[in-house]
Amino acid sequence: MKIFLLFCCSFLFTSTLFAQKEEALLQKVKAKLNTVTDYEASGKMKLDVSFINAAESDVTIYFKKPNKFKVKKAGGISILPKGGVSVNTASLLPVGNYQTIPGGKGVVDGVTTTIIKLIPTDEIGDVVLSTLYIDENAAVIRKAVVNTKESGSYEVGMSYRKYTAWGLPDKVVFSFNTKDYKLPKGITFEYEKGGAKPVEDKAKNKKGSVTILYESYKINKGVDEKNFL
Amino acid sequence: MWTLTRIELFKIFKKSRTYIAFAAIGAIIILIQLAMYSDGESYLEFMLGNINTAFEIEGNKLNGYFVFYLILHTLLVHVPLLICLVAGDAVAGEANMGTLRLLVTKPISRTGLILSKFLASSIYTLLLLTFMAVLGLGVSVALFGVSDLMVQKSDMFILLDKTDVLWRYAAAYGFAALSMITVAAVAFLFSVFADNSIGPIIAAMSVVIVATILTTMDIPIFNALKPYLFTNHMLNWKGFFDNPVDLREVLKSAGILVLHIILFVSLAVYFFRKKDVLS
Repeated sequence: MKIFLLFCCSFLFTSTLFAQKEEALLQKVKAKLNTVTDYEASGKMKLDVSFINAAESDVTIYFKKPNKFKVKKAGGISILPKGGVSVNTASLLPVGNYQTIPGGKGVVDGVTTTIIKLIPTDEIGDVVLSTLYIDENAAVIRKAVVNTKESGSYEVGMSYRKYTAWGLPDKVVFSFNTKDYKLPKGITFEYEKGGAKPVEDKAKNKKGSVTILYESYKINKGVDEKNFL
Repeated sequence: MWTLTRIELFKIFKKSRTYIAFAAIGAIIILIQLAMYSDGESYLEFMLGNINTAFEIEGNKLNGYFVFYLILHTLLVHVPLLICLVAGDAVAGEANMGTLRLLVTKPISRTGLILSKFLASSIYTLLLLTFMAVLGLGVSVALFGVSDLMVQKSDMFILLDKTDVLWRYAAAYGFAALSMITVAAVAFLFSVFADNSIGPIIAAMSVVIVATILTTMDIPIFNALKPYLFTNHMLNWKGFFDNPVDLREVLKSAGILVLHIILFVSLAVYFFRKKDVLS
């Protein structure tokens, strides 16, 4: 009995210790990102969805604390998936009450990362579970897998170079699930080629991604509110 | 030939019915532009309903290029009917007025006469399309500005960069001209057989309406017919708004339309040369 109690106590103690360690790491990442109040970045955006044909375009990305984020194409049209705010690193960090669960170690793009699972304890948010892959040395998130109530699950991959000190990525790949897209030809008045129709790859249609390549950031220089309208 | 064509053009533009098409097209374009200006956003919401559920679209969606695309989408189905008004009247109108017999007694060949009439109908068609392009694109751009163009297909949503749009409109204009001249050729052929312009106008309109209905209905049995309908190939001006453009398919459609024009005009020449002109 004594041995069992000792085992339970040591398990609880170790778990708490690990959780504290994960929490400390999370706070370290947060602290780094907190140094960024706002930024205006220029870059290139590529949308890869089976039913959307849009060329890679030059975009300007605006961010302002706590969670204002906008991607704009100068004089043009930009398309982002709903929940695309998660293309922004700061939005991946938890807000409100949550529980951390250590998830061991994982390798992302050749970098060893610490996996932390976050479960929000408030029921008001959309996120059900976030799994963050954190690079301990650089104190940055390399990858995140987020499960939501309304928007399904999505994955965000980030790579860092010039702006690691600020915790800002050079490249973000946001992968998400898509739904089918179909309109009647009677509405679109389409030309009919005739012949055999190509077989649709159903599995391919279900995944999409947005890639943003950040070329330069203007950090903490102030961003006009009108850019978020 | 050019002198004859000029005379035919003079006759066409002397008739008040010629201007009905210009007035109708002008009215429709201005109505669409006003409707888009006052409540275009709700139309866009409806149109993009399928994509708006999963994506956020930022920027000037309701721009001049988009409004003009919408105008073309609406009008290019109906313009053929207006073209029939003039092309169907080209020979039958003269017969109706009793001037055809007088005309063929002149020292000009029947082939030259009929070709000049067709050429005049084609020039009228081009002028109508140019009027549509200038009013539609010019006013839309002035009212709504320019931005990227969103094109919706049955299985694809295409976003074209604003710098990549104008040449597509120019090419689509050329293709639309070919399509409309095909319709003019159909009406012109019917015109040769009649002594009253109402008949060929209604007949040509009926052919265009029936073929257009078969083209737009997405029913498997009709889909098999579509590659053989000239109205189906007339829709391929939209091929210039694909990315990349399937040039082989667009040229194939253009070729088929040219063959239709040659066939209909040749038949018109053949029957007119054989025609016993009594009126």
